[in-house]
Parts: sequence; structure tokens; C-alpha cells
Amino acid sequence: MNDLTPEEYARIVERLGREPNPVEVGMLAAMWSEHCSYKSSKVHLRRLPTSGPRVLQGPGENAGVVDIGDGWCIVFKIESHNHPSFIEPYQGAATGVGGILRDIFTMGARPIAVLDSLRFGPLADPRNRAIMDGVVRGIADYGNCFGVPTVGGEVFFAECYTRNPLVNAMAVGLARREQIFYARASGPGNTVLYVGAKTGRDGIHGARMASAEFTESASEQRPAVQVGDPFLEKLLLEACLEALRTNAIVGLQDMGAAGLTCASCEMSARAHTGIELELDRVPQREVGMSAYEILLSESQERMLLIVRAGHEREVKEIFAKWGLDAVEIGRVTDDGRLRVFHRGRLVADLPARLLAEEAPVYHRPMKRAEAGDDVDWDRVHAEPAPLEEVLRQMLRSPNLASKQWVYRQYDHMVRTNTILLPGADAAVLRIKETRKAIALTLDGNGRYCYLNPRAGAQLAVAEACRNLVVTGALPIACTNCLNFASPERPEVMWAFSEVIDGMAEACTVLETPVTGGNVSFYNETEGRGIYPTPVIGMLGLIEGVNYIPANHGNAERRNRPSLPITPWFKTEGDLIVLLGRTNDDLGGSEYLAWIHGLVGGDVPTLDLHLERAVQRACLRAIAEGIIKSAHDCSDGGLAIALAECCFSSHRREAIGADLVLTTEGVRSPISLLFSETPSRILVTIEPEQLATLERIAREFRIPYAVLGRVGGSRFRVTIDGKTVINAPVHELEAIWQNVLPEYLGP
Amino acid sequence: MKFGVVVFPGSNCDHDAYHVISKVLGQPVDFIWHEQTTLGEYDAVILPGGFSYGDYLRAGALARFSPIMGAVREFAARGGFVLGICNGFQILCESGLLPGALMRNRGRRFLCQFVHVRVEATDTPFTHLYRPGQVLYLPIAHGEGNYYCDPETLAELRREHRIVFRYCDANGRVTEAANPNGSLDNIAGICNRERNVLGMMPHPERAAEEILGSSDGRALFQSLALVLAAMARE
Repeated sequence: MNDLTPEEYARIVERLGREPNPVEVGMLAAMWSEHCSYKSSKVHLRRLPTSGPRVLQGPGENAGVVDIGDGWCIVFKIESHNHPSFIEPYQGAATGVGGILRDIFTMGARPIAVLDSLRFGPLADPRNRAIMDGVVRGIADYGNCFGVPTVGGEVFFAECYTRNPLVNAMAVGLARREQIFYARASGPGNTVLYVGAKTGRDGIHGARMASAEFTESASEQRPAVQVGDPFLEKLLLEACLEALRTNAIVGLQDMGAAGLTCASCEMSARAHTGIELELDRVPQREVGMSAYEILLSESQERMLLIVRAGHEREVKEIFAKWGLDAVEIGRVTDDGRLRVFHRGRLVADLPARLLAEEAPVYHRPMKRAEAGDDVDWDRVHAEPAPLEEVLRQMLRSPNLASKQWVYRQYDHMVRTNTILLPGADAAVLRIKETRKAIALTLDGNGRYCYLNPRAGAQLAVAEACRNLVVTGALPIACTNCLNFASPERPEVMWAFSEVIDGMAEACTVLETPVTGGNVSFYNETEGRGIYPTPVIGMLGLIEGVNYIPANHGNAERRNRPSLPITPWFKTEGDLIVLLGRTNDDLGGSEYLAWIHGLVGGDVPTLDLHLERAVQRACLRAIAEGIIKSAHDCSDGGLAIALAECCFSSHRREAIGADLVLTTEGVRSPISLLFSETPSRILVTIEPEQLATLERIAREFRIPYAVLGRVGGSRFRVTIDGKTVINAPVHELEAIWQNVLPEYLGP
Repeated sequence: MKFGVVVFPGSNCDHDAYHVISKVLGQPVDFIWHEQTTLGEYDAVILPGGFSYGDYLRAGALARFSPIMGAVREFAARGGFVLGICNGFQILCESGLLPGALMRNRGRRFLCQFVHVRVEATDTPFTHLYRPGQVLYLPIAHGEGNYYCDPETLAELRREHRIVFRYCDANGRVTEAANPNGSLDNIAGICNRERNVLGMMPHPERAAEEILGSSDGRALFQSLALVLAAMARE
């Protein structure tokens, strides 16, 4: 298996002044694969904003690092495990979580949360149900055993993901600013220490598998999927964090894609050093492994540490305490080469930078693509049934339904930091040592990006920020996972480029630099590709969370709604107010897809400056203590968002609402209820706070409207004087709650 | 008076228990490594949640053979207080310190959610601050929490009032619908005959501060701290 093109091979021969041997070809092919080298995406990724006052580390390391003040920083990154999860859903998803967790603790941070963005084909197909079941179990078993809470994410269904499921996992860690470690092999003479699991034949060619599209024979690639051991990873975590406290470690990196080859060449390239390896010393699980296999194995739960010469024993004792192998397999040199010995012979001798940094950069051809179904708008605006029945039908959409079936399989509370549990707009975790909390969300909308990649990417960034803002958090940075079909198709590359531009514009206006991410190309099977699906992992910061037990509480705060703000309506009589306004934005909507089976039209128009103003106004109102609930209004439109606010939540029964709306400014009641106009937030306030809210809305120059009041037990909507929906909330909630269990079992 | 939290290599609720004892209760507490063979200086020992040694075979099946469990058996026999939460409960059953076993959940899936449990016995050092029949709102997070024992043992547990917690609805009714995992008789926690060893599947340490959604679990740790303080005065 050699995926180097003739031009790439020629370039290598020219650079080396000789033909590479077969082992070297294998190493180069892995490092120059799309997965490891980003050769098709690099020229575009450079356009993303990556710096800001809080960014301590942008792209280029194992994960991004953001300063949250008081000496603390957040380390976070997202990664895809799409291809393995299609071939072997359980292990593919599990090892995806394992890999991203290692990227976090190699930076010296303790992982404190995981979120997952999942996409599958429609649940009516049993194969899709089997993939989803395996993926969710894989994520659950790995994270639960490891002891990191899986606090949120998203699940979305569409036909294009049927044989191309997406599994994107984001991990988030916490560290003291001075404890951050980098993946650098500094100091010639220092020791290269191998720790963790033994090396086996599993996962060889994983990086290259992820860099090609699938054919009918995908299951033959099962041996390229690794097997996860979360218990071993837990030991590795504790041992690494303990070892990092000793001052004996110079740098470290996970052996993930392209295994030992990748970890050693990247660490030495970053430090402008070289590394010499003796493969005979590498702990092996199988006998008779070749140099090629040892160098390219992707066996899980392994790390490469660079240890200060003379401190090896100290470090080995820590790993021994945790029952782990720690073996000296080489040393750092000063000549910039990765030199590998096996059975007494020099089997590879390559410049580290050639492997890690000199892969070709492609400007792949691009071609604008028009996409989408034709839409008969008269038909769309006509009511297909009484509106109450339409609402019930919308609540049956798996994309809008409750995801409790998924998240209750994840331990989302371990470490007792999760102060806003799954089911809200974002997850919120307190930082125990401070009065701060962080808010986290993952958002993407492949349908929008399919119709208009640039606008779709902007909408995803805007929604991610909004999901944090409603909890009271200021968005401060993001990471992205860019899932696309084959980059060799010009329309795919065009969409990729557009997505980058859209994301760059939105992240600039909303002041959320991109600190890293991951690109996954070749998400296509037998020529059928996915929607362009960028997923945004957004980090927000809340100041002034009171984590002290109630009986030590601070009297001044007692009358104000405590942070984080939650989406659920709180008290009878509260006013329901919409910040922002509703336009006719049914293009690409869930309504169009679920009710009419169409994906078409213009995606919602986003004014980034209005978006920013709505978000800042909401944050101001929260800071002034008048907001009792806040919820992003997006997927499924106003009707769905309002219903969700009424549903039962933690220790609070379902509560009704009485809404009095008009179709002024929109084309139809359908549009009013289901349009997905961005820059809208639903809030509730006590009636006497309306003047304050109005003052804030004027100050930020945003439209707003009072929609009704909280109360009773029915969801009642009156449009232009006519009551169109009048249903018990618990009935609507039961529909929404039972969708996934009906497909997937209790 | 001193608390100890046992740390198996796969424990992952050890820090949470430690946090409650040290920060919420303000009491002295140590971590105890699983290879330790004595428990001389402690008055109460917590076996925390997690996956002790990976638990790939069966939850707690390997932990019973660990050096620390020999010490815990002796400690319990001397009258020391032992609280096993989640994986800790599983280990106590595997070790024979409590009767019965915890099988895979009825639905065969891991479950993480808040549940209601009713306090069935307040005459224990862990629960004396609760009212009889008080309904607590506590989280569960387990894949193997389906309690089972033979009919004779169940009769004995009932006769000796050793069923300490049962799953119930918000109004305190013990119903089949309120049973999340299929446990026999809705059992969520039991104690030994001497009442100094308690095992429970719900996580009181995750519900000891209002900001986490419930502080109903705090009184359990306070109960124990009060007993220890009284003993220290004697």
C-alpha cells in the first residue's frame, strides 16, 4: 500500500538524493497522507483568525490553550473518528474519545469534559440504528470508565450520512498556566521514553484509511481500526500528570495516527532536533513484528516522553506505581534526522522535517456548485394540517426530539463540576478553584452548508456563540472539525474554501479565534459524499458563579437568578420576550426537510453585527440580573423553542405558556412558527423588569417583542386573534421525549 | 476523627468524595492507595465510584482481592465505618461485606440521571439526620446497579431493617416505574447487621451542593461526621 503520487515520490528522491527504502516509503506515505499533513486544506486554513488576547496556543500543537484568568487555562480540541466509526462503530467511537483525551493530557491538563457531535443516516434504516447504538455505547463506555464527564454535543440525521456517519469528539482540559507542556523533543542527549500499552499490529494504515473514500469492501479494513482500553488510558493519565509534576519531562506526545513515526518526527521537527530510535526495545504485543509495523502501528494508549537525561529512573518509578511499561527506546540528537535501528540495522534515516513539515501543499482545483431542491413556496407557506397537528409532527422529528436517550448513557456528572447538565443550550462546568465557570457547545448545520457553505459556516459560528450566551457566558474561543467529502472533487474544495471564509468572517466579528481543529476529508462511500459539515466547538466563560454551599451563601446574590441561566420557564406570570425578530427563513429549515422532504431555498440571512448586538444585549440583561430564562431560537423555529422552554426540567414540572403573536412582517403562520431566522433569543423576565429590558434593547439597537406569559399547564398560541394551538404541555413533551426510544429501544 | 478515601487505579469519584469531606464538610481527609495493607489512623473509610481495576470482568470482581480490601475487612470488623458508593457498593458485595450482587441494569445500558430514593432506615450512623421516609433527589450513574439477593437474604434484610434506601417516585411511592435498573424490591442501598457498613448505588457526593442540582446527599456525610465527633468526645 503506497499512496504517494509519482510527483510526491519524485520530490522525496530529489530531497534525499536517493531512493527511499520500503520502510521509509511507509513512513512518508503515512505522514504525507491527507489525515496527517493537511496538504489539501493548509492553504485555506491559514485564513482563519487564530490569535487573540486570551489565546496562549493556537493551531500547531496537540491542542489549543486559552487563558481564563487567575492563572488557569483551558486546553481543548476536537477530532473526527468518522471512518473507523463506520467500519466498527463501537471501537471506532471509543478510540476517537481516547485519542482526543490524550491530546489534552499530553499538554499537562486534566481532562474535565468531553462533547460529541454525531451524524447518522435516518433511523428508519436498521443499519443506521446499529451504527448509532454502537457509537453511543463506544463513547459511553470509554468516557465513563476513564472518568471524564460527557457533558453535551449534538445528534443530527440526514440521508447523506447513511454510509458516512460522523463522529466528532471534543475534549476539554484544565491546567495551571505554568504547567502547560508542549510536544517538543528539546535537548540533544535527552532520553526518548515509551510509555503505556504494548505495540501490536492493530491500526496499521489508520491514517491512510482516513485519507481515502470507501468502497463496497469497507469491512475488509476492519483491522485498521484500533481497540480501546479506557482503564489503561486512566492509568496513563494519572501517571503522566504525576510525572509532569517532577520537572523531569521536557515534552511528550500521544502516539495516535501514524503512531511512533508521527510522534517522533513531529516532536523533533518542532524542536529542530533529531531522534534516534531502537525498535527492538519497543514493548511488543506480538512476535516477529517488522520495522514497518512497529513504526506505523496505531495501537492505542501509548505515549512518547522526552525525559531529561539522568532523570529516567524517577519517571519510570511513577509509571511502575501505576503498573505501566516505561522503556527507553532512543535519544534526542542534534542533526535533525529521524534515525531508526532494528535488529542491528539502520532501517530508516530521514530528515524529521521532511516527514513532519515538508509534505506538499496543494492548491486543489475549485468549482462553484449550485445545490438544493426546487421549492414551491406557495405550497410551503400553506398549512398542510391544523397548526397544532403540524407542531406535533415537528416534535416527532429526530433532529428536534429530546436526546436524553443518548446523554443518559454518558456519565455527565463525574468530577462534580457540571452545573448545567445536558438538555440545555450548552453545558456549563464550574472551575472549583475559582468563581468562574466555562460553557461548552458543539454546533454545525450541514444542510445550510450544503445550500450555501459560506453562510452556513457563519450560521454555525453564530449559533454556537448564542448557545453559550444564553447561559450567561461570553464566547472566547473555538475549535473546529471540518468534515467534507473528497478534496479531489472541485465542488468539495470550493465548499471547503467558502466554509473557511464564512467561519473566518464570523469568528472575527464575534471575537472567537480558532485555536485548532481537525480536517476530515473523503467522507464519501461509492461516490456519494456528505454535506459539507463544519462543526464548531465553542468555549465561553462565566464570571462570578457562586460555588459555595448555600448555607455559606452571600446574601446580596440571593434575589438574583443564579448563573448559569437555563432555558426553562420559571414562574407563572413571567413575560416571554423575543430578542431579535422573525423573518421568512424557511430555506434549509427542518420544517422544509421534515414536512416536505425538501432541502432547498436560500439559507437564513445572517447579519453578523445584529447577531453580535443581540448576544451582547442578552449578556447585559443577564448581568443586570433580570433574565430568569434564556433559550436560543433556531432549529425548528419559534414554536419548537417555546415548547422546549415549557417542558419539564430538573425538579420542575412542565409549565404552560400563553402566546399572542401576529404575522406582521412574515408571510404566513407557518413562517412565524417554524422559520429559522438567526439572531433570536427567547427570554423571560418579571413584568416589572420590562422597562429595563427595553432600555437595554434600545441601547444595543436590537428589535424585540413581548410574546406572552408563562402560566397554566397548556401550550397556547394565538395568531392574529385566532387560537391555533392549545395543547397540554405534557402531551407535547411525551411526543418529543419518546422519539428516540421508539426507534432505538428504552 | 479522620476520613479516608480509597483510591483504586480506576477509581474516578475519589476526588469527588474527597471534595465533599474536605471542602463542603471542612473535615480532614486522606487518599488511601489500594496497595496499602492497614487502616490504622482512620475512623471512616469511603470506597468511591469508578471502575476499580477496569471492571472488564465484573464490577468489583478483582478489587475484592486487593491489599486494601483485606485492611477494609479488618477495619469493618473492628467497627470502623465503611461507605461504599456505586463501584464501592459493588466491591462491598463482591468482598462479602454486604450480601447480594449487582447485576447489569435491566435495560442493559449505562444510566446517568437523577432519581428519587426513600430513606428506609434512619437508625444508622450514615442516615440519622434524615427523617424516616424522607425522599432524596440523588443521581445514579452505573451500568451494573441491578441489586439481587436470594429470598432468604431479602427476608433477613427486611427483618433486620437493613434496607437503607429504595428507589421511589417524587412522592415517595415505591413503584416499578420508579425502579431505574430492575433492582429487587427497588433496593438502592443496604447496610450490614452491625450497621457500620453501608453500600449504595446513588451518588450522595454528587448531590452535596445546591449548585449541582441537589444538596440532599450532604446530610449523609454530616451524619457520619457527627457520629465521629461524638465518639471523639467520649
